Amino acid sequence: MASLIDFFNALGKYDFLQSALLTAIMVGIMSGIIGSFIILRGMSLMGDAISHAVLPGVAVAYMFGFNILIGASVFGVLAALLIGFVASRSKIKTDTSIGVVFSAFYALGFILISMAESSTNLHHILFGNILAVSDSDIMTTAVVLGIVILFVVIFYKELLVTSFDETYAKTYGLKVQVIHYALMLVLTLVTVSALQTVGIILVVAMLITPAATAFLWTDKLVTMLVLSASVGVVSAITGLYFSYTFNWASGPAIVIVAAMLFALSFVFSPKQNFFKLKRSVAR
Amino acid sequence: MLNVKGLTVAYDDTPVFSDVAVKFNAGKITGIIGPNGAGKSTLIKAILNLIKAREGQVDYNGQPMKAVQKQVAYVEQRKDLDLTFPIDVFDLVLTGTYGKLGLFKSPGKAEKAASRSALEQVSLSEFSKRQIGNLSGGQLQRVFVARAIVQQAEIIILDEPFVGIDLQSETAIMRILKQWRDENKTIIVIHHDLNKVTKYFDDLVILNHGIVDYGPANEVYNPKNIESAFSADLSSVLFQEKEGAQ
Ligand SMILES: Nc1ncnc2c1ncn2[C@@H]1O[C@H](COP(=O)(O)OP(=O)(O)O)[C@@H](O)[C@H]1O
Ligand SMILES: [Mg+2]
Repeated sequence: MASLIDFFNALGKYDFLQSALLTAIMVGIMSGIIGSFIILRGMSLMGDAISHAVLPGVAVAYMFGFNILIGASVFGVLAALLIGFVASRSKIKTDTSIGVVFSAFYALGFILISMAESSTNLHHILFGNILAVSDSDIMTTAVVLGIVILFVVIFYKELLVTSFDETYAKTYGLKVQVIHYALMLVLTLVTVSALQTVGIILVVAMLITPAATAFLWTDKLVTMLVLSASVGVVSAITGLYFSYTFNWASGPAIVIVAAMLFALSFVFSPKQNFFKLKRSVAR
Repeated sequence: MLNVKGLTVAYDDTPVFSDVAVKFNAGKITGIIGPNGAGKSTLIKAILNLIKAREGQVDYNGQPMKAVQKQVAYVEQRKDLDLTFPIDVFDLVLTGTYGKLGLFKSPGKAEKAASRSALEQVSLSEFSKRQIGNLSGGQLQRVFVARAIVQQAEIIILDEPFVGIDLQSETAIMRILKQWRDENKTIIVIHHDLNKVTKYFDDLVILNHGIVDYGPANEVYNPKNIESAFSADLSSVLFQEKEGAQ
């Protein structure tokens, strides 16, 4: 308990901790929302791929000193297009195409980063460095959060229908490819924001785990989005507390909390019905 | 009238069918029959622009299909949909209003009322809050028919709607099809059960990698056509039974 009081005292005292908390909350919300669509579309692997494929963009942005959102977006969307291109122009399945493309991008990113910067920076990119967010980082994250919320509110019914029944959407003339690539673009923006909080390796966890947790509790998409964002926020705050108190890296701390919440839901949620399933298997 | 002209469709080098020409009339329920793999679903998908035809055109009352996209409703063959998706029966039916709403508009009172009424017509009102995975096959098929009702389409196409569903659902769907016929819509149904062909359909298209025959169902459904599309055995069994019963 003492550590909890310490945490709140520190929160009152240190700007960097306030900034970290604010950023973590915003990232929790946006990744919870976008992650829901990613898992409902069966695109968890794609989420993982895009989050890794932005690395060269981050490196290039560092090298030439422009906004990493721009660098990352270019490479994220490029990877998504390339994955789609390889899968549709050959007999190769999408998951294979994802594996080939994203590992190539990731490798390129490593090489570029090692050319550009010291190893500490790479460490931060990989594992997150939430205690070092700057005011401009907060601004950028806020802008991305705004974009995510606008995107989902404005295109809610298109996101719903293409996630659930793409063929039907095509029959009435909806441009399902445009929705797909718009979602990939927003996904790359979220990735870049989450990069600072949890690091590139764990971005996928922030996208998938809160959404998967929410999925276990509800049969309504809107509820799932809200729940998923909430799980993201709770994980972010609690993880940050662990990170501060026990001096854990922030990314792993946040992700472990999210995983715990998932585990609890897995056992107790009505949809999963773990106890019932176990009983019926035992019988 | 839905007019298919010189349609050739291929997934790879060999076309599924070549130069198919057929007409579907308004105010009629047209059945499409043919053996497995004959190209029935492919024909429908090409009409719907879900697959690009290699050659040929489809038009509806002289307009290309692209121009009347929002006048078409389609109930797919045994959908491999994600039945765990967080959507309930009512919200699924409501997606039927999306096409005519267009971008940037959410379903309002009128759309919701239309969805409620459609669910009533397929006798599923009390299931409206149920998650779609918790329905029987027949109930789910009726939900898709309710969505087609909500679309207020002029052309309605169903791909093997009666496969694996209960008789009650089949009857309910058949009643809706007849209602659409009375409203002078163009209804196309791919069908697998040859026994009910003349009972269910006004017109019939027999397909086997090309048109075998088409026209009024009771003329086209004859031993010669069935033999040529399916087999002599099947033809003799079907038509002997029929004559024996009369
Ligand atoms: N997506 C596809 N890719 C390649 N071949 C296909 C595809 N879909 C169907 N086919 C082939 O086209 C032929 C016609 O299929 P289909 O139209 O589904 O038949 P039906 O609906 O009459 O049973 C079959 O030989 C089938 O194997
Ligand atoms: Mg078929």
